[in-house]
Amino acid sequence: MSSPIVKLVAQRIALGILLLLAVSVLIFAGTQILPGDVAQAILGQSATPESLANLREQLGLNDPAFIRYFRWLGGVVTGDLGTAMSSGQDIATSIKGRLWNTLFLAFWAAAVAVPLAIILGLIAVRYRNGWVDKLISGLALASTSFPEFFIGYVLVYFFAVKYQIFPGISTVYDGMPFGERMQAIMLPAAALTLVVLAHMMRMTRAAILNVMQSAYVETAELKGLSAFAVIRRHAFPNAIAPIINVVMLNLAYLIVGVVVVEVIFVYPGMGQYLVDHVTKRDVPVVQAVGLIFAAVYISLNIIADIAAIIANPRLRHPK
Amino acid sequence: MADKQPKSDILLDIRNLRIEATVYPPGEPPKNITLVHDVSLTLEKGKVLGLIGESGAGKSTIGLSAMGYGRGGVRITGGEVILNGRDILKGGKEGFRKLRGREVCYVAQSAAAAFNPAHRLMDQVVEATLLHGTATRAAAEKRAVALFKKLSLPNPESIGERFPHQVSGGQLQRVMTAMALCSEPDLIVFDEPTTALDVTTQIDVLAAIKDAIRDTHVAALYITHDLAVVAQVSDEIMVLRHGRLVEWGGTRQIIKEPRQEYTNALVSVHEIEHQEQKPGTTPFLSVKNITAAYGRSHIKVLKNVSVDIYPGQTLAVVGESGSGKSTLARAVTGLLPPEEGTVTFDGRPLANRLADRPKEDLRQLQMIYQMADVAMNPRQTVGTIIGRPLEFYFGLRGRQRDARVAELLDKIEMGKGFIDRYPAELSGGQKQRVCIARSLAAKPKLIICDEVTSALDPLVAHGILELLLELQKEENVAYLFITHDLATVKSIADSIAVMYRGEVVRYGAKSQVLTPPFDAYTDLLLSSVPEMEIGWLEKAIKGRRMASAGN
Repeated sequence: MSSPIVKLVAQRIALGILLLLAVSVLIFAGTQILPGDVAQAILGQSATPESLANLREQLGLNDPAFIRYFRWLGGVVTGDLGTAMSSGQDIATSIKGRLWNTLFLAFWAAAVAVPLAIILGLIAVRYRNGWVDKLISGLALASTSFPEFFIGYVLVYFFAVKYQIFPGISTVYDGMPFGERMQAIMLPAAALTLVVLAHMMRMTRAAILNVMQSAYVETAELKGLSAFAVIRRHAFPNAIAPIINVVMLNLAYLIVGVVVVEVIFVYPGMGQYLVDHVTKRDVPVVQAVGLIFAAVYISLNIIADIAAIIANPRLRHPK
Repeated sequence: MADKQPKSDILLDIRNLRIEATVYPPGEPPKNITLVHDVSLTLEKGKVLGLIGESGAGKSTIGLSAMGYGRGGVRITGGEVILNGRDILKGGKEGFRKLRGREVCYVAQSAAAAFNPAHRLMDQVVEATLLHGTATRAAAEKRAVALFKKLSLPNPESIGERFPHQVSGGQLQRVMTAMALCSEPDLIVFDEPTTALDVTTQIDVLAAIKDAIRDTHVAALYITHDLAVVAQVSDEIMVLRHGRLVEWGGTRQIIKEPRQEYTNALVSVHEIEHQEQKPGTTPFLSVKNITAAYGRSHIKVLKNVSVDIYPGQTLAVVGESGSGKSTLARAVTGLLPPEEGTVTFDGRPLANRLADRPKEDLRQLQMIYQMADVAMNPRQTVGTIIGRPLEFYFGLRGRQRDARVAELLDKIEMGKGFIDRYPAELSGGQKQRVCIARSLAAKPKLIICDEVTSALDPLVAHGILELLLELQKEENVAYLFITHDLATVKSIADSIAVMYRGEVVRYGAKSQVLTPPFDAYTDLLLSSVPEMEIGWLEKAIKGRRMASAGN
């Protein structure tokens, strides 16, 4: 690889790390601003001023905020996310399994949604302004416009209640066979696919249509290439940067935005975990999950940036 | 082809071709307009027919009809296009696809835009050949390399490995010609293949195209607005105007004995007699030893440039693209503060940066650009556009302002009726005239004209040049006239600066600069300007002393 790419990629990664640090500050500060503290939350009704003071001393809550921040950050960097107050369990251990579940669900939703969106986008461009294009756009828009809980319940109604093909509650456990696991996540994955499909599809369509105006597309047409070959071979490679961008945004959504879908299908993922602990005001868990979501978001966007840089032949092959 | 019947020598026979398009004028119902009115032509195998005319003449549209292609919703609504003995318009989409890239290939005006930036050149060059299955990949690549050699491209063995952005414009244009020739078509449509190139590069590409046509016996439709260029490569020339045939004849007849008045006007377009003015005693604007670069780049775009401009006179700055002529204008106007050197105006130094110059200094230096349509706000009327400097510099309002706008419109030979028009409603020449009026409104001492006629058809450009000269006499305004076109320079300049790679290589009064002995670069530049003379190309190539920079 040539030097400008290495430099640009290094820049992006450095920026990403910086951004993540800034986000960690915000998350930490945010949880500090909320009324009440961990000690109050732990002791609850039984709190007396003495016991509160003792516990605060014990938890180090009397230290200045920036010391507590660095203590927390130091723990995060070494893999120690602290302990959940509500259950007393180590957060890192309980998150691990759930993060894996969320990634599993996101992966399969993406594995269907991304290729499908791009192929539909290509087809929409091929038959642009015709009825096929309008049908694809219309359906995709409709599926995005419905709130995800609505889609979720519609899916449950038909596939779990009426025809009983897939389970309506997506219970998964350690050591579950792959086939059963796939069956369990079928409905939430379908709901997620429907939610993210339209955005990616429409962006693909718009990005390619933009490129279709270029002189080189005319050149390709004048070589006698079929309409679809023109789009696939000549338009698509040049539209890839914006498409990757929107794909990554949606992948990030699949991981950090699945809260509602996970709750509907009672899927033991990060979203469910977050919701549980928000209701319990379990600040360390909320901080940890928030930070993980931020990290996912930022790294996927860095990947999008890097992919766009690599997709540019001018940077890949300098003069 | 040694056919017995002479009739079978006809490759392309277009009969009564009619082409229409639907336009959607704002605020009006869509309407059909006819772009080509019943044009007929025939082309024999291995011959070259030049299609010539101004923009809007329908020459590209006719050329593309030979491939059954209509650009942007253009429809072939009548007539026949008989290629190799069959009417291709009856073949449908499938038929078009089979002939495109196989029987007929296309060479576009801007190869830089016509090559896909995402693929290597070789993949694009052999794509049509592979698609139509006329050769294996290995055979096609071998053929491509041979063509690269024939078109005298550097490193013919490895240039195919490169991406379009790694190759210069002149080279790309030749690679595109190789791409067209690679599938061994019967006909190539050349659509202004050298128009976007510098003169010194154009001549090489032109020679390469001409040799390739001769050696491969391919027939060609050569589309251009430049008669001198088409005279070099064509056997016959067809003159078109507004989608109608004006005149069709042998090359010699068209350029030597044109029968139609319009053809005559095209042939004799460039000749403006301009008496050179002697430089006065003191220049009002002096550029002294300017060195400039973009950003923090180490590449100096201007190197130690010094020129003087005298009141009411024209200094023409000539050079190829990348020679730094527009950068000189940017340095003078303060848009690009020079790293070293000064600009003196009326005996005092001008601030380097635009932001540091007082309003009065801004008023004295005005600018006109190449692309008149993007230099105007499309949502303002002509009256607002011309009136703006009147308000800004002189505080004129209301009736006073309108009166002055009308006066300026009169000066640029456009009537009062244009005051309420929008730029989109004007022709290219009219837009440029409005830009001239806008710059004149400030009553400047100097107008910088950056390639102001390059985007215009020759006849329109001629009108603009005459107007500029006329205005110079009336207003005593000086011009810094930037151009790559030497014919324009001869018509308008009093003194000339020839620029090459950021340096002024020759500078002086027009008569002096254009009189031998020349330095090598000026000689190359002068000898590269196409002349309307059959056989000029071969003579010019033979007489060259240095190779052009674009290669």
